[in-house]
Amino acid sequence: MLEVINLECTRGDRALVSGMSFSLAEGELLHVIGSNGSGKTTLLRTLCGLSRPSAGEIRWGGRDIRVLGDEYRSCLSYVGHNDGIQGELTPAENLQAAARLGTDTDAAVIAHALEQVGLTRFAHLPTKVLSQGQKRRLALARLLVLTKALWILDEPVSGLDARSIEVIERLLAEHLARGGLLVVTSHQGLAWRAKTVHRIGLDS
Amino acid sequence: MSAPSLFAAARGVFMRDVTVALRRSTDILTPLVFFTIVVTLFPLGVGPGPNLLRTMAPGVIWVAALLATMLSLGRLFSNDYADGTLEQLALAPHPLSILVLSKILAHWVLTGLPLVIISPLLALQLNFEDQHMWILVMSLLLGTPVLSLVGSIGAALTLGLRGGGVLVSLLVLPLYTPALIFGAGAVSARDLTEVHLSLLAAVLVLATIFAPWAAAAGLRISLD
Amino acid sequence: MYKYASPKNFYALAGQLIPWLAGLTVLLLAVGLYLGLFVAPPDYQQGESYRIMFIHVPSAWMSLFVYVVMAAAGAAGLAWHTKIAEVLASACAPVGASFTLITLVTGSLWGKPMWGTWWAWDARLTSELILLFLYIGFMALQASIDEPRRAARAAAVLALVGVVNIPIIHFSVEWWNTLHQPASVSKVGTPSIHPSMLVPLLLMALGFKLYFFTVVLMRMRYQILEREKYSHWVAEVLAAEK
Repeated sequence: MLEVINLECTRGDRALVSGMSFSLAEGELLHVIGSNGSGKTTLLRTLCGLSRPSAGEIRWGGRDIRVLGDEYRSCLSYVGHNDGIQGELTPAENLQAAARLGTDTDAAVIAHALEQVGLTRFAHLPTKVLSQGQKRRLALARLLVLTKALWILDEPVSGLDARSIEVIERLLAEHLARGGLLVVTSHQGLAWRAKTVHRIGLDS
Repeated sequence: MSAPSLFAAARGVFMRDVTVALRRSTDILTPLVFFTIVVTLFPLGVGPGPNLLRTMAPGVIWVAALLATMLSLGRLFSNDYADGTLEQLALAPHPLSILVLSKILAHWVLTGLPLVIISPLLALQLNFEDQHMWILVMSLLLGTPVLSLVGSIGAALTLGLRGGGVLVSLLVLPLYTPALIFGAGAVSARDLTEVHLSLLAAVLVLATIFAPWAAAAGLRISLD
Repeated sequence: MYKYASPKNFYALAGQLIPWLAGLTVLLLAVGLYLGLFVAPPDYQQGESYRIMFIHVPSAWMSLFVYVVMAAAGAAGLAWHTKIAEVLASACAPVGASFTLITLVTGSLWGKPMWGTWWAWDARLTSELILLFLYIGFMALQASIDEPRRAARAAAVLALVGVVNIPIIHFSVEWWNTLHQPASVSKVGTPSIHPSMLVPLLLMALGFKLYFFTVVLMRMRYQILEREKYSHWVAEVLAAEK
């Protein structure tokens, strides 16, 4: 359902990615591999539509994402390097704010999401008192509140301990089993459980 | 579960911004204190002669309000940019310009509106007459939203850059001149007050229509 | 025509045009200055001091013309994502700022004999001063952003916001001026134009335009090399010049 044709991503007048083509169907996972600075984050942000590619096309359901605009964005969830959470708000309030921008939701869904990432105890504390790993888990909890088809994740498990990583692996597997699509970069080896795992390396 | 309406999303952004700012109260107090200090500096600089102060009052208060607003523009987008929430707004399935308008409205309620409210006190410090106080308040009420709206364009274009506040000031001050001229003019030119206020209102309408759109374009460029 | 949108072809074309444009510029400015300074008769009101008009007025026209070109190029860059448009906008800015500065300095020199002061908040000069700030803002914004594409696009948005605001700013400054200046103070007025004054004025205006084209093309060539530095054709050009 996600197709990329001859993609070229430029930064500072220099092409980081060029001539890239692939397609991703339901239940499939794309693992982007590359060293630091090779353009992984740029590629993911381009797939989200945040960055504009210098050449090539990205299609969702057969249509150009630039034409789809809001329609594409309503099918996509992105967790980047930044957690996308505000320190002054509680975890529950952060998820509530995210929900208001995406799918309408109720408190039960938010409570369930917090439970799945093990943050129920902290639900009503300001997020700035949480640790790095806990904030990362909150960022990923956002994926559970907004049920979108395409997940684009940039280093989702950085800063997490082994047990949390297992939890996230399970959540990703469940998403893929439901027919979701996943594009992910990760330095750490993760146990992928998908119908098909595509790999793209950016160092060449 | 259905996708929330644009209005609900915009209201959500407004409420979130207000909640966060109220918990981070220095953000609200700093521009107010700055505004007060600047107005207080003028009598110290030009002498306390009551007639001179009365003549200068509209211009001084307006310039101080302008500078205080500019000081506060930094926090309109930069905190959200740093923690990644701005990106999430850009990825929301709603027109970014409307969400930006919500943020600007929240910014004005937290920064501009307090300036309007304490302006009579500062005007009295400058020997301003009571019976014309309503003109000053009216001009600031119409003018401070313009300052927030036009300022948001500068804030959007300079996201994450070094040079920070000084650069935003350089970009935005020339664009503030019409608001300053019509706003301060409404107070000092007594027989032409209505004309000035109408012109200021016209500038406000234009700014409300175009500024969020330009600021959203600026944000997308900064996020690229 | 569209092949010149490619930086490589534009570079070559510009290189060919520049000597001709430069030559024409010198010619027009020389003739215009000669006619304006020596041949045109003295003004019955202002005597010889009005002659600074032959630099002041064309400069003022250029300061506005260049801003419009800059904003239009910025708009083209935003709409069609072409490097040439972005480079054009960036090259215009310092030239336009210089014309604005010349307008202000010559305006001040012109005003001194009449007003007795170096600056009198004349409506047109005040508008020019704000225009100078708009140019400086454009250049400062571009200079603050390292990534060339983001710098060009951000500055383009700023230029467009500026171009829309210029009429509003001008109107508000004129308004402000009529409110605060008593009617007796004379503005820096262009004397009634005698035909022998019109010809040098237009020649100077045309000369300044050609100067603008020459300098902008030169600046664009330099910037194209800078922005295309990773491509093969630039390596060839630089090797050939050694």
